[in-house]
Amino acid sequence: MTTDNKYNGGQKKVIGKPFRKVDARAKCTGQTRFADDIVLPRMLFAKLLRSPVPHALIKHIDVSKALKLPGVIAVITGKELPIPYGILPVSEDEHTLCIDKVRFIGDPIAAVAAIDEDAAFDALDLIDVEYQKLESISSIEDALATEEPRIHEYGDGGNVHKKVALEFGDLEEGFAEADLVREDVFFYEGNTHLPLEQHAAVAHFDADEKLTLWSSTQTPHYVHRALAKVLGMPASHIRVIATPNGGGFGGKSDPFNHEMAIAKLAMITGRPVKITLTREEVFYCHRGRHPVLMWVKTGVKNDGAITAMHFRSFLDGGAYGSYGVASTFYTGALQTVTYDVPRYKFEGLRVFSNKPPCGPKRGHGTPQPRFALEVQIDKIAEQLQLDPVAMRRTHLVKPNTITANYLRVGSIGLGECIDKVVEASDWQAKFKRLGYGKGVGFACSSYICGAGLPIYWNNMPHSGVQLRLDRQGGVCVMCGSIDIGQGSDSILAYIVAEVLGIDPFDIRVITADTDLTPVDLGSYSSRVTLMTGHASLQAAERARELLAKAAAEKLDVPTECIAFADRRVFDVEDPERGMSFAEAVQLAESKFGTIGTVGSYTPPRSPGRYKGAGVGPSPAYSYSAAVAEVDVDPETGIVVVERVWIAHDVGQSINPALVMGQVEGSVYMGLGEVLMEEMAYRGNRNVVHKFPSMLEYKSPTTLEMCDVKTILIEDPDPNGPFGAKEVGQGPLLPVPPAVVNAIYDAVGVRIDEVPATPEKVLTAIRSKAQGKSARYGPKSVPQVEWPEPIRVATPAEGGDGKELPRVAVHSRE
Amino acid sequence: MATTKQKAHIQITLNGEAIEVAFAPHKTLLEVLREDLALTGTKHGCELGECGVCTVLIDGQPMLSCLFLGLDAEDRQVTTIEGMAEGGQLHPLQETFADLGAAQCGYCTPGFLLVARELLEKNPSPQREVIQEALAGNLCRCTGYIKIYEAVELAAARMRGEQVDVPRESIYGFEV
Repeated sequence: MTTDNKYNGGQKKVIGKPFRKVDARAKCTGQTRFADDIVLPRMLFAKLLRSPVPHALIKHIDVSKALKLPGVIAVITGKELPIPYGILPVSEDEHTLCIDKVRFIGDPIAAVAAIDEDAAFDALDLIDVEYQKLESISSIEDALATEEPRIHEYGDGGNVHKKVALEFGDLEEGFAEADLVREDVFFYEGNTHLPLEQHAAVAHFDADEKLTLWSSTQTPHYVHRALAKVLGMPASHIRVIATPNGGGFGGKSDPFNHEMAIAKLAMITGRPVKITLTREEVFYCHRGRHPVLMWVKTGVKNDGAITAMHFRSFLDGGAYGSYGVASTFYTGALQTVTYDVPRYKFEGLRVFSNKPPCGPKRGHGTPQPRFALEVQIDKIAEQLQLDPVAMRRTHLVKPNTITANYLRVGSIGLGECIDKVVEASDWQAKFKRLGYGKGVGFACSSYICGAGLPIYWNNMPHSGVQLRLDRQGGVCVMCGSIDIGQGSDSILAYIVAEVLGIDPFDIRVITADTDLTPVDLGSYSSRVTLMTGHASLQAAERARELLAKAAAEKLDVPTECIAFADRRVFDVEDPERGMSFAEAVQLAESKFGTIGTVGSYTPPRSPGRYKGAGVGPSPAYSYSAAVAEVDVDPETGIVVVERVWIAHDVGQSINPALVMGQVEGSVYMGLGEVLMEEMAYRGNRNVVHKFPSMLEYKSPTTLEMCDVKTILIEDPDPNGPFGAKEVGQGPLLPVPPAVVNAIYDAVGVRIDEVPATPEKVLTAIRSKAQGKSARYGPKSVPQVEWPEPIRVATPAEGGDGKELPRVAVHSRE
Repeated sequence: MATTKQKAHIQITLNGEAIEVAFAPHKTLLEVLREDLALTGTKHGCELGECGVCTVLIDGQPMLSCLFLGLDAEDRQVTTIEGMAEGGQLHPLQETFADLGAAQCGYCTPGFLLVARELLEKNPSPQREVIQEALAGNLCRCTGYIKIYEAVELAAARMRGEQVDVPRESIYGFEV
């Protein structure tokens, strides 16, 4: 790790300081150019014809009338782009335009390019499609009960996309040791990202047959790969430029139909083509939070120590694979990184249904199990008559641990998070003491700082940076990362500025352009600060070394004595002796030639060696603890969250103001999920989305947003650049369970389901008043046949991270 | 073509300058600004009046340009985000939004800034609840609104001529 005193006598000038973001003023003056703001000469406008039925065979498509409409230049259908794609190599099950079958309302069938948007829109009505309707599937239970028709012809049988089973350690032994074994069932409804910017893209195919795509995507590298595949073109002839995303939250992480379609239309017409989705279409793109049904069986000792945990999850994946296989594993991966879970079994399955596909949303597959886990722990604490905070605090994972499922935890600031948040919220004075209708609830969580493995198998770096220094003193940092509002462009500038002793605003940042910038895998899995941070740090240190050598020669001092600060390069022993930064670049350029350096980062190898070990490992884990205070109206069931106190272990803030913004934004999004947000469909009415509009899809306005008291915990992680860990996703996780636990403290009802809408809360309150169940939530999970688990001995059992031989396991039973 | 109709031709005072613009008469002000005047700082998020990102000021009042016909802007004063900075000087709200991180992805920012500007013109010392009420028609998915409130409060204080710093708590968090 970089030591403090290496730079400028131990005084960090940029890291840890609340600098403005490098793109902040552009965003406050309307100058930031988002994808839909791009206008090119002779540009055409595209629209997609989307299926009005949830599940049907396409018998016939006739586009002839549409083609005759004045202003329409081209119409394409699925057979023109027959090569499938998909974000994960194991589920490349999407076509740009459906060829023989539609799988949800909104599935695209044809694409029109016309001289204006109105003509393109009118042309959609002139395309005749003949459907043969198929039985549709609208829920997890439906999917498991329906063998035929299958939505896809691949997967783990019937309409099950993926089924997995992993077992770490001797579970039965663990349950036998327990003083209390609890089983609970939970449901977390799906919800969506709702970025304010609708997806948009512009494609241009030039006279030299090179394609450029500008798109509001979080993953330009993966879009680049998908375009090359679908178009059958060399990737070297394709340039993808990710425009600043007007909000992502995971919703712009897949390669999308509209990107492929306009690329093809641009190639056919020889004219630039733009597409901007309507808000309704954004709901159909979705890729948001999976609805997950969960069953958790946990054994504990009387002091709350967990002896074993068995977790089952059932994910409603919607119509396509998307990130679903990863999402499935994520619902079972991070249970082990907060409290010590010595033996652990996970069984998970994802079904296909005739709904917009689910994928990654902030926290990807982990808020649902975290909700289940933290609410169950609250119940356990009550049953054991233990304080729910103290019980958790006693059994935290220790730093530098390898968990039962082989996740390597480095730093863990969770204990401090708990202590601070308890003190700040005055928990002891409030818990069980606020009187009927008011309550407090507590929860903890953890999240990865970047996925340990890339989406497609390779041994290359996950992030690359090129740095160019010019003789005028200009510094340009180039990286494939894309700023989705989290500030990733600024992180590059801050780190380079710190190392080179210049101002972040001296630096030109060029990102997310596959022609100009080295690959970064994208803005997902909270990977960007950690990974681009390391890559930019390495590139900057290499440049610094060249400049230091040249300056040392000139000043006739050892290289180690050269310091960089305040746009100067000088002798640390005699700071007056030195030169401007630009002069140092000139000396270096004279000595070494043009100054350009590179940096790259590959995460450390994970200790897990079993099949399925690819999801969960990360260079580091962030931690959060939260207390929510609520006011529940027993007459209406309306829950008002008055305040959330949250402590987040970020390792080291690269910029505390941006960290605060991420924490507050995460609390906001968690609040929306627990109180109101849901992607809901009318299963009995053709699986129509209940409300694909912003008015009816409820999300918190200023009037619903709670007060937030944030506490930053800095426990530097040796694997983070300057010790930094993630903050963009983790702080969402404790909010839903903390609120639901607070509802229990307020009115004594358990809402084992998200969102905890007034209707559900009131139902539970009334039921309790009638002497019936004081709980609202699912009663059971479907009985399914799980595969024989992959068994792995835990580190405590002397395991090596590899799957145990199956034969030996069978013989033991 | 659906749109080959005679264009409307009107005068608007746009960001303080009298201009003429011709456009298809069915267009909304949002479309006229973005497509006919190349002022893409005004954003769209729903085109149904639900999200607030297309807010502009018409005769000083916040209006959703997606629900406002271009024709109805005739002879009115229209202010967009591009007209908020004057003489190369950012408006104090633009400064504080940028400095405090009130703009994350920045997509909703133009709308928030214009609503906030109108608020502060009307009420130079708004309480937090008043700010929340004024901004309730604008959605932001990134910030949880908190940095936006803080930016409005800081700009208000500066516009009142007060020498104030950003509260330490909003940058470094709550100290326990």
